[in-house]
Amino acid sequence: MIEVQNITKHFGAFRALDDVSLVVPKGKLVALLGPSGSGKTTLLRILAGLEAPDHGRVILDGIEATEQKARDRGIGFVFQHYALFRHMSVADNIAFGLTVRKGKDRPPRAEIDRRVGALLDLVQLSGLAGRYPTQLSGGQRQRVALARALAVEPRLLLLDEPFGALDAQVRKELRRWLRRLHDELGLTGVFVTHDQEEALEVADEVVVMNKGRIEQVGSPAAIYDQPATPFVYRFLGNVNSLPCAIHDGRAEIAGLSLAIEAPNSGGEGDGIAFVRPHDVEVRPPSDGLPRAVVEQLAILGPVVRADLLLPGNISIEVELTREQQNHLSLAKGSPVGLSLRRARVFAGA
Amino acid sequence: MPKNNPAKPWRVIPGFGLTLGLTLGWLSVLVLIPLTSLFVMASGLSLDQWLAILADTRVQAAFRLSFGGALVAALINAAAGLLVAWVLVRYDFPGRRLIDAMVDLPFALPTAVAGIALAALYAPQGWIGQLIEPLGIKVAFTPLGAIVAMVFVGLPFVVRTVQPVLEDIDSEVEEAAASLGAGRWQTFTRVILPTLAPALLTGFALAFARAVGEYGSVIFIAGNFPGLSEIVPLLIVVRLEQYDYVGATAIAAIMLVASFVLLLAINGLQRWNRDRLSRGAA
Repeated sequence: MIEVQNITKHFGAFRALDDVSLVVPKGKLVALLGPSGSGKTTLLRILAGLEAPDHGRVILDGIEATEQKARDRGIGFVFQHYALFRHMSVADNIAFGLTVRKGKDRPPRAEIDRRVGALLDLVQLSGLAGRYPTQLSGGQRQRVALARALAVEPRLLLLDEPFGALDAQVRKELRRWLRRLHDELGLTGVFVTHDQEEALEVADEVVVMNKGRIEQVGSPAAIYDQPATPFVYRFLGNVNSLPCAIHDGRAEIAGLSLAIEAPNSGGEGDGIAFVRPHDVEVRPPSDGLPRAVVEQLAILGPVVRADLLLPGNISIEVELTREQQNHLSLAKGSPVGLSLRRARVFAGA
Repeated sequence: MPKNNPAKPWRVIPGFGLTLGLTLGWLSVLVLIPLTSLFVMASGLSLDQWLAILADTRVQAAFRLSFGGALVAALINAAAGLLVAWVLVRYDFPGRRLIDAMVDLPFALPTAVAGIALAALYAPQGWIGQLIEPLGIKVAFTPLGAIVAMVFVGLPFVVRTVQPVLEDIDSEVEEAAASLGAGRWQTFTRVILPTLAPALLTGFALAFARAVGEYGSVIFIAGNFPGLSEIVPLLIVVRLEQYDYVGATAIAAIMLVASFVLLLAINGLQRWNRDRLSRGAA
């Protein structure tokens, strides 16, 4: 189990991390998700020992490691830009962590070769042992970097935006592959990303960070379905944020009246309601329903995205299937009625 | 009708024939013809005369000092220049830019000025001389003095070739080595030094070539005792002053061939090293 407690880190006057505590359970793949400047990479580097915290503690498998040097931590680190040793062949890169060991810790040459071979198979680069990093594609380089980090059998694998420098297609393949690899090897891993899709797809657990603090920790489903803060709502996926007035446990959005979900808003006065586009139900106009007009319509493959204009000039984005669109025969300017399947209100936000 | 011949590859600058012609013409006027005339002059010697020159202990001693001293000076410069470049790139301290600019001074300073300054410093009564004299180290007017002057003129070559490469080394590479369990020394010798090797070798070659050809600063500090602290370029001047033109050109020709062979060898080493680094890279 990997744990950080009350970590604070400043760079000059900038507070990169502000009293952050986190537990990474053994065998889980955890994503640190946040916009740039949210402190996620700093946290990763502190875990690796590449950066020292101003305050707080790092505990690796129950042992205090805050003062321990990077080289002694047994943590594998994969950099966004690979950081391969370009004067070494792929095989020598992978073997590096083993060949720098001293005395009896260093495996015999035959054993090193065997392990390098096995790792090359694992990252599907068997034929390329003798190549040099400059002769590889970005995706291949990142897999070499991963094999190099795995060679020392780290207790924790850290990946800093591992797919950030790759093009979309390769990124998609590699992240599925990473997920499968994790399931096969059962290692404990933390990766940093600013791509919510990547975090939701690959991780067992997502840690959403903002301005040096942790906003929410949870499973991908929990993070998406029950965002704890307005920030998480905005950061994960598309969402309508509608100003509303809260009164007597009900929120009033420009004529749409909806019941507040109980525990979290607890206020009176102004608030913001968050509604995902697919949680808006579009129906034929009828008397009991709030009305809107279709302002824009865009067909995006299987789904249709529409901007609806509510009374009071409030725009709301909705998503529906092509089938629904045909059924309602929606077009620009059509009047519709709508209701909300699900919404979340935060007071004062 | 297409204007260009499709069989010819398109080039940004046209006229390969013209540019190569200019290059060769320019090289001929400045380098090839003067050097050829050297060999033409020297070819007036008979075999016996050549052997006599080569057997002359004074000539042998001068060659030993010129090339041996230059080798030692280049080695010292490789180490010291790497250190200077390292400090300039890796640390930020007040006066860094000033020191950075000072590195180039040996390029610009008339070498005679440097020689006089060094001789004054290292003379038995000089600031440094009077400190090291009691330790039994004599620099001025000895072969050691020649090496000191050669180190002085060669330093910027190493610093200036290594510096940009060192600046390019990503700190992440060192962090990667550390996270894999490498110590500082292992990171330096196995990661940083091999990356710097081509640049270091180039700097070494340039410093070596510069030291072999150095004249002005060396003659002021070395004392120029025949057979002891006399360098080849000075020996050539001595022969000229004795109106021994053929002897002078013969020594010069030997020096030229030796320098060329050494530089060719260093070039080959560089090529081998570069190929090793980027074998077949696109």
